[in-house]
This record gives sequence, C-alpha cells and structure tokens, in this order.
Amino acid sequence: MATILFDGIAYGMLLFLISVGLSVTLGMMGFINLAHGVFAMIGGYLLVTFTGKAGLSFFLALPLIFLATAAFSLVLEGSLYRQLYRSTHLKQVLLTVGIILVAVAAATYAFGPAQQPVQLPEVLAGQVVVLGAELSRYKLFLIAVGIAVTLALVFGLERTRFGARIRASVDRQSTAEAMGIHVGRVFQLTLAIGSGLAGLGGALGVNILGLDPHFPLKTLVYFLLVVVVGGAGSIPGTLLAAMVLGIADTAGKYYLPEVGAFIIYAAMIALLLAFPHGLLGRRRLA
Amino acid sequence: MKLSLVRGAAALAAAFACTGVLAAGNTIKVGVIAEMSGTFADFGQQITNGAKAYMKANGDTVAGKKVELIIKDATGPAPDVAKRLAQELVVKDEVDFIVGFGLTPNAMAVAAVASEAKKPTVIMNAASSVITTKSPYIVRTSMTLPQVTEPMALWAWKSGVKKVYTIVADYGPGHDSEKAFRTAFTRAGGEIVGDLRVPLKNPEFGPFVQRIKDAKPQAVFVFMPAGELALGFMKAYNERGLAKAGIKLLTTGDLTEDGIIEALGDHALGVISTHHYSMAHDSPENKAFLAAYAQVSPQRPNFMAVGAWDGMAAIYEVARKLNGVIDGDRAMQAFKGMALKSPRGTLRIDPDTRDVVQTVYVREVKKVAGKLYNVEFDQFPNVKDPGK
Amino acid sequence: MKEPPVIPRELLGAPPYLHVLRRRERWGKGEIVFWIALVAVFFLFPKNLLLASQILIAGLFALSLDLILGYAGIVTLGHAAFFGLGAYTAGLITKVGVHDPLLGLVAAGAVAAAAGWLTSPLVLRSNDLGRLMITLGIAMLLYEVANRATEITGGVDGLQGVEVGLVLGLFRFDLLGRTAYLYVLAVTFALFLLVRALMLSPYGLSLRCIRENNRRAQAVGVPIRSRLTNIYTLSALLAGVAGALLTQTTQFVGIEVLGFQRSADLLIMLIVGGTASLYGGFVGAAVFMLAQDRLANLSPVYWLFWLGLLLIVVTLYLDGGVVGGLKRLAAWWERRR
Repeated sequence: MATILFDGIAYGMLLFLISVGLSVTLGMMGFINLAHGVFAMIGGYLLVTFTGKAGLSFFLALPLIFLATAAFSLVLEGSLYRQLYRSTHLKQVLLTVGIILVAVAAATYAFGPAQQPVQLPEVLAGQVVVLGAELSRYKLFLIAVGIAVTLALVFGLERTRFGARIRASVDRQSTAEAMGIHVGRVFQLTLAIGSGLAGLGGALGVNILGLDPHFPLKTLVYFLLVVVVGGAGSIPGTLLAAMVLGIADTAGKYYLPEVGAFIIYAAMIALLLAFPHGLLGRRRLA
Repeated sequence: MKLSLVRGAAALAAAFACTGVLAAGNTIKVGVIAEMSGTFADFGQQITNGAKAYMKANGDTVAGKKVELIIKDATGPAPDVAKRLAQELVVKDEVDFIVGFGLTPNAMAVAAVASEAKKPTVIMNAASSVITTKSPYIVRTSMTLPQVTEPMALWAWKSGVKKVYTIVADYGPGHDSEKAFRTAFTRAGGEIVGDLRVPLKNPEFGPFVQRIKDAKPQAVFVFMPAGELALGFMKAYNERGLAKAGIKLLTTGDLTEDGIIEALGDHALGVISTHHYSMAHDSPENKAFLAAYAQVSPQRPNFMAVGAWDGMAAIYEVARKLNGVIDGDRAMQAFKGMALKSPRGTLRIDPDTRDVVQTVYVREVKKVAGKLYNVEFDQFPNVKDPGK
Repeated sequence: MKEPPVIPRELLGAPPYLHVLRRRERWGKGEIVFWIALVAVFFLFPKNLLLASQILIAGLFALSLDLILGYAGIVTLGHAAFFGLGAYTAGLITKVGVHDPLLGLVAAGAVAAAAGWLTSPLVLRSNDLGRLMITLGIAMLLYEVANRATEITGGVDGLQGVEVGLVLGLFRFDLLGRTAYLYVLAVTFALFLLVRALMLSPYGLSLRCIRENNRRAQAVGVPIRSRLTNIYTLSALLAGVAGALLTQTTQFVGIEVLGFQRSADLLIMLIVGGTASLYGGFVGAAVFMLAQDRLANLSPVYWLFWLGLLLIVVTLYLDGGVVGGLKRLAAWWERRR
C-alpha cells in the first residue's frame, strides 16, 4: 500500500516537472503549445548522448540538459512562436503539431526508431528499505528533485522581482505593460525555464516512461490532462493535478487493472465538466 | 464562388499519373506490402532487408527470369491502405506474388484480394492463427503466436513450475498468447494463479509488477510487443527484485528478439523464452544468412528478417518447380508440403493448412563475446500451429 | 472596364442583400469544372480508382470537419470518433444480416449523428483547450472500448467478413474499384449539395457570425447554442457516412478509424486545403494523400518531416491554405484585367 502511494507520488512528480512549464506559458500568454513534449524528448535524447557518447556523469548532465533545452526553446520562440501570440488557438495548435512532426522525424533520422537504453549511475539503482517498505532509489531521487524544483519555483515567484513580474503578467497583461514590465521578455524567460524543466523531466523520465521518437505524441495526452485539470497558469494546481493523476493511475492499475485506461479518460471528462477552468481556478499563479 | 479550381483539378489529374512500370514477360514480380514508416517502421525494415539479403546471397534470377521486388509502404496498422496497395499491385503492377505483412490487420485485409485475383500471398511475419484460413491463396513462412507459446507452457511444467501468473498486453495478440498459454499449461496440470492485462499505452509497470510479487507465483509468463512495453516490464521486474524473490520470467521470443535485445541491456540476462529463431543458432544456413544480411544493413536481423528470407526461398523454389511460369493455383500446389533448410532450422509448409511447421527452441539470454544473445538449450521439434 | 451585373427579373426592386445572397448561390465556373473533372477521373485513370475513392472519402470527412472548424470555429482533435462509429456501424450491420449499402449508410449516419448530439453539450461548454481535451478524450475512450470488445469489433486485428451487397441491387463492388468510385462520388456529391445549400444560406452566414463575434451574434438574436449543436450533429453525421463508405468499399474495419492519427491527419488536410471554403477539404485531402502515396514510398522518414514543415509554413504564411491561395490568385488576376 505504501509502495503504491510512493510510486504514485514519484510518477506524479515526473508529470509535474514536465507539465509545469506548459501550465505557466499557457496561463500567461494563452499560447497552446502542444509541442511541449518535444522539449521533454530533447532532454531525454540529450541524456542518452551526454551519458553515452560524451561519457559525462549522470548528475553533471542534468543541469546541462536544463540549460540546453532552455536555450533551444528560446530559438523556437523567436523564430516561430512569437508570430502567433495574437493569433487564434487553432493556428497555435497547427503550428505546434507541425513542430512535433518535424521533431519526430528528426529524432527518427538521428537516433533510429527503437527505444533508447540509458545507463543509470550505480548509486541510483535498486531499492532501499525505509520504514519497512522497499522503495526504489531512483524514484526517491526523482521525488527529491521534484520537491527542490517546487520550492525553487515558489520561492522564485514569491520572493524575487522577476517572480513578481511573472505574476503580474499572468494576472493582467495590459496593466503589467502599462507599469513598464516588458511582458514579451518575461514570457521568453518563463518559456525558457518551463522548457528547461520539461527537458529535465524528460531526461529523468527516460528510465520510467521510456524514450523513442514518438514520445511527444504518446505522452501529449498526459501533459495536457495535468495542465487542463490543474488549471492553466496555476503552479499549485498543476502540482495537485499531477499528484492526483499519478496516484490515481498507479492505484487504479494495482487495484482495478481491468479498468485501467478507461478511468483516465472518463475521469478527465468528468473533471472538465465539473471544473471547466481547472481544479484551482484560472490565472492564479501561486 | 469565384474559385478558379481549374488549376486544382488539373493538379489532381497530373498528380495521378503513375510512375510507369515496364510490362515485362521476363520478370517475376514480387509485391512487398510492409510497414515502412511510423511506429512499426522497424518491422518493414527487417522484412525488406531480409528479402533483399536473400536475393543478394542467391542472385536475382531464377528459372531464367529476373526477380523484382516492388516495395509498398503500408504506413503502419492500416488495413484500408494495405488492401488498396494489394489491389494496385495486382491491377497496376501485375505482380506474381504478394508478400510481406508485419502486422495481422494488414494481412487480413488482403485476403479477399488474394482470393479474387488468385495471387499467391506469402505472410512473412504476421502471427495470428486465423490468417491462413482467410484465403486458400495464403501461405505463411513466419510463425503463429500459439505455436511459440505452447512450448513455453510445456517446458515450464517439465521444469517443475506449477503456479504461474500471466501478464500480457491488452490487445489481440496479447489475448491470444494468454489463452494459448493458459490452455496448454492447465492441460498439463498446472495452475494459473492470476492474470493481468496491461494497456498498450502504459508507461509505468510498477503497480502491476508489485501485484504479481504479492501473489507469490513460481513464475510469471509475459507477453509484450517489442519496444517500450517490453523494456518497461523488464525494468520493473528487475527493480522490484522478482528474480531474487524466486519468480522466474517466462516469455515468448518477442520480448527478447534480436533486434531490441541490446536495448534491454543487462536487465534481460537470464530470461527464458521460446521462439523459432535466434541469431545464436549454430548452423551453416544461419551463418550464410547473417553474412548476407550484414551486407544489406548494419542492424541486427531478427525473426522477421528470417521470415522474409524463407519467404523468398519458398518463392524461388516455386519458380523453379513451375519453370518461371507463375500460375496461382499451381503455385499454391507447389507451396504445400514444401520443406526448406532455413537459418532457423528446418521449416515445412503444412499441406492442409498452408501454415508453417517448425522447431520451437527454448533459449536463455546470455552474454556471448560481450553481446547479448538468446542461447538455445532445449527444443520442441515439428510444432504445428495449435490454433487450428 | 467591367459591365454592371445583370439583375434577373424577379429581383428587380428587391433589397440589396437578396442580390448578394442569390449571387453567392450561383455555381462558379471553377466548381463545375471540379465536379466534371471528378467524373472524368473515372475514365482517365481506371487503374487508380481505389486511391481516388479514398481521397474522396477523406475529402468528405474533411468537409464534415470544415463545418465545425471552419464555419463554427470549434477546434477538435477527436473527430475520428464519429468516423469510426460510422465505420463500425456499417460493418457490424452486415453481420446482423443487413447487406444493402445504402441502408448501411443511413444506419451509420444515424448512429454518428446521435453520438454527436449527445456529446455536443460537453463540447460546447468549455473553452478551446478544454474542448480539445474533451474531444480527444472521447475519441480515445471509444478507441479503448473497440480495443477491448474483441468479440464484437475484432480489436486490433479488425472486423472481418464484412459482406456488402449490391448497390441498388445491381452493381457489385469489384476488384478494380469502379463501382466503389462511382458510389462514393454519388454519395459525396449528394451530401455536398446539401451542405452547400446550407452554408450559402443565411443559416451558414449566422454560423460565421457566431465564430467571428459571439457577443454580437447574441445581440442580433442568433440562437447560438442550438445552432452549434445542430451543426455539430450534422458534422458528426457526415463523418459517420464517410466512415461507412470506407468500410463498404474496403469490406474491412480497422481500429485505426478511431485513432488519433486519423484525427490529426484530417486536421492537416483541412488546413492545407483551406477552411470555410467547402472545397478546401477535398483539395487538402487530394494533396495530402497523393503526396503520401508518392513520398512515403520514396522515403518514409522524410514524409513526416515534410508534412510537419508544410504544416508550419501553411500556418504561418499561407492563410487559408491552398484554396485561399487560389482565391487570392484569382482576385489578383481579376484586378489585372
């Protein structure tokens, strides 16, 4: 029972790490970025390359992946996303679906269609006994990273100037601009951080979710689910939704394996009907 | 509505122009329908490479005629596309044989075309039992799921395993495998203590494997399609220490097939599986096959490539028997009862069912010269498809 | 110098908006050429009729999406749900003894329309992203149901043994696809006439109004909820008929009729062709499927790449897709005269 809860929390943390960036950018600019999974996939492939060919240590690779993915997102934003901020949601969906397709093709070309194996460092392999329950070391690490990130995000938002600017931009863009806040640049940086986190999440997730070129398509539903149920633009909402989803999915599979996939979709539809703006309401960042 | 769609219509018309295929009386045309793109692209690659390897090793002429491969992409599990491609191959390209099929739905859709056009159709991979019953013009050179699953159940019983938990992927082949194992194992006297079906889109195996561990069986029988499900399961199995808890892992060769075994890494060591082909099979035919395949592709070949290799071998044999004049009914007569020396061992085509009869090996994953292989240590000869 | 338009006798003295409406309803030259060309395809390309039928079916499917996406502005990622429902209905109905293809179409359309009507409140309630998720969720739910219910649907292996009877009791579905093509063409044309009449009428204009400015539409008195529900139901019906046509012409139902790939491809076809233009769906379907047929055989990996690139370019620079581009070309040509 405890193991199931633990597994669920770990899974939820992973989902949170990957989805939080999407939630904030969606809440801030109203930009539907379906290609968010591409950043996670990039993180995964970077991990495979860094720890494989380049021979870097796993722990050293992680911050590098964060920075590299963030940088890449800036390129994408400047060249493509920026043109569609004021455009219809349909166009944003189409653009980002196009990006997904290109990314999938590029990944297939560069890495082949098969699953990518990744070597974990010894210290993270196997299980450790905590209070009588056998817990996976890797998942403990994952949860630790997740908590650290959450704390950093909350601290960053509440205590720093930049965090205040982000909150202002999410609450009311026009007034923020009137106050002299360069919303465009705030958004760029926020997108970078969010994408960097997605890359980090993707890298950490290779061991749990697997990695192949179709990753962005396969996992799209889960990320969108977390964001929509949690409420776009709300970090605690995303965390809550990710936890709920992670635990429900894990527990569901253990106790009611026959119903499995149904639960997710049915629950999603029900939740969306009850809370059209997400569990914790709209546009309250923290 | 001022739409000058003259251009549109003209574009439509022009684009329809087909790349002309030279009508030749001196070639035997083999139309290959395989999944070359999408998530199953690997299947198509293996099949076409296997066929090409055969032609490289044995020349592209037989009975005085040149053999030509016409490769079409089914794009994945797309029976409507497969059927259309089959019809086009018959009508436009005028092929003599239709071959390929990595996936069952694509093969099923083509059955009607095979019957109506009386074209010999060789299934080089798809593994559902029913396929060969759908048309008298279908012959198979790969294997069927029940055929490779039953020996696993029998071997498990033989080696003293009495309680087994089954876990399969929740789709057609998974259900078939589960049923085949259960029937054979309970018939031998064993007990299935539990069964689980895992959704195809499942990323996380933890809870499932935990459930199995809690049930404390002696072994767990697994069927997962190769890819992330196989990998995911293996990781969870190792992470939870099921081997240490005394629960053996039994599976079919799909989980440890030669194409992906490297990706599983050391997780896979010690896994016991049953299948009809392993790269480590020691025979001159297999050595020749591996050498020929290496010339076509640097990737490791798997059982799908062998299915294609043998399919081409069967076609060459038929061509020789009929002196190059391919007639549907006479070709099917020639296929029936055919015996081939395949890289896998011996292969016979059952005259009644047109399905494959072969030896199923029991293998264990071991490291040989630093790489992972399925090393054969036991076998069940002349296994027919129990599904019929 | 252009001459002033000739006013028909019965419209003399009528208010100006009536002139505009009547002129819109007239068949343009391009339209007539389009449909004649489609008939000509039967004679000019007798060996490619199967591909042609599938393009038409995709075009009809895209037209159904255009109704809600182009005209009413509802973004959906799960339209394959209705396509699949229609496909399975048409397949299953032959299993219970009804072999007449036209009856199959009616049944498929009815089931899909019912599903559309039942799910429309869900879809209309939420905002764009919520709608995306709900439509996606419904489609995936149906996919799972089809996957599980192997005895009924055949699961991943597909529904076998679909025996379709003779069209109008006279024509058999043959290997070359001749009957299939004419059958699909006839059904598509009939439905197209219906849609065209609807969209060119004030009804269609009110839909555009809803899409462009919701508040104003309300102020003018357009019953938004019922209009959107009706158009969604009609769209579902058309999608279901398209699915049924696919089943009947291939005598097979694969589970991918409900898949995400189909919904995504559909969206791409429509955007590339051009929304809100009635013909965009057909043009887009033709471009997409022909390109796929050629390129996928050349190099499967590159197909996805070029498709993605095409989508990006069309979204950013080619507003209105191919048809939009052609319209602009035509307007430019007119100005030059």
